[in-house]
Amino acid sequence: MMAALGRALRAFGHFWWDFVIGDTPELALATAVIVAVAFLLAGTTIAGAIVLPLLAAVFLLASSLRGRKRVPGD
Amino acid sequence: MHTSSTVVLVLAVFAASLVEMVEALTIVVAAGVSRGWRSALEGAVAAALVLGVLVVAVGVPLIRYIPLDALRVVVGALLLVLGLSWLRKAILRSSGHKAPHDEDLIYAETVAELATEPSGAAVTRPRRDSVGFAVAFKGVFLEGTEVVLIVVSLGAAQHRLGLAALAAAAALVVVAVAGLIVARQLSEVPENTIKTAVGVMLTSFGVFWVGEGAGVHWPGDDLAIPVLVGFFVVVYVACTALLRVRFPVPAVEAEGARP
Repeated sequence: MMAALGRALRAFGHFWWDFVIGDTPELALATAVIVAVAFLLAGTTIAGAIVLPLLAAVFLLASSLRGRKRVPGD
Repeated sequence: MHTSSTVVLVLAVFAASLVEMVEALTIVVAAGVSRGWRSALEGAVAAALVLGVLVVAVGVPLIRYIPLDALRVVVGALLLVLGLSWLRKAILRSSGHKAPHDEDLIYAETVAELATEPSGAAVTRPRRDSVGFAVAFKGVFLEGTEVVLIVVSLGAAQHRLGLAALAAAAALVVVAVAGLIVARQLSEVPENTIKTAVGVMLTSFGVFWVGEGAGVHWPGDDLAIPVLVGFFVVVYVACTALLRVRFPVPAVEAEGARP
């Protein structure tokens, strides 16, 4: 019983680790930063509406550059 | 709640469900052809039922007991992780840095794997083949888990769980009917394009809900969602172009990458 529960918990933890971190930990970091900045900009209108999408775009570009295929001389 | 956010919600759930279910169908068809249809279909239906129970078991308590703003921040963060990840893959695939998703290849690999299992069961076609059942169940359950996450997240954040579940169910019916008609021609489905669109929508919803839950006031309220969708389409096109121009990949290398 306890062994089965342990296996289920491990599988559950493994699923969430794969889902949130996986092979792109920078995107998990990006999300944490965006959430933190959103709270810092609480109550604003223009600043929040501009900064949050821009942050997501910058992190997306950085992650894409990190994931690109390296070729000789690159 | 504006019509625009409802439309984007239905489109996002429908499209996300569609691509995940096409992937699941590939595995079910491979299991059916290799191990017998009865066990494969039973495995698929059992997994779909478990996923349906999960939507109700997780979604309803979320809507009833979690404060809406806290729920929107958590949901927005989950959608951001998922959306950015899908969009990143779409950018890498479009720029040639990652091979496109290939259902034909997945089908061939699954059939080859199942062929290495003890063949007696397949030859005698018993009433139930445990390998066929397990492979179909696992395929539908694993692919469906992301659908459950999207349905519960988007549905709970907008208090439209029923509508989100209906959109996913509609996608299930479309894929099942298409599966009956096209059987193994699943590669005809423009999966990479749909995944790009879903990535854009999930990222847009993610940014919107995180901001909304944290207390940022979006100009135009829910009308900001279509604007965010447009913005991330531009970001996707720009990132793809940048990678193509600045870091071109020789054609042979791009083709050789594993999906």
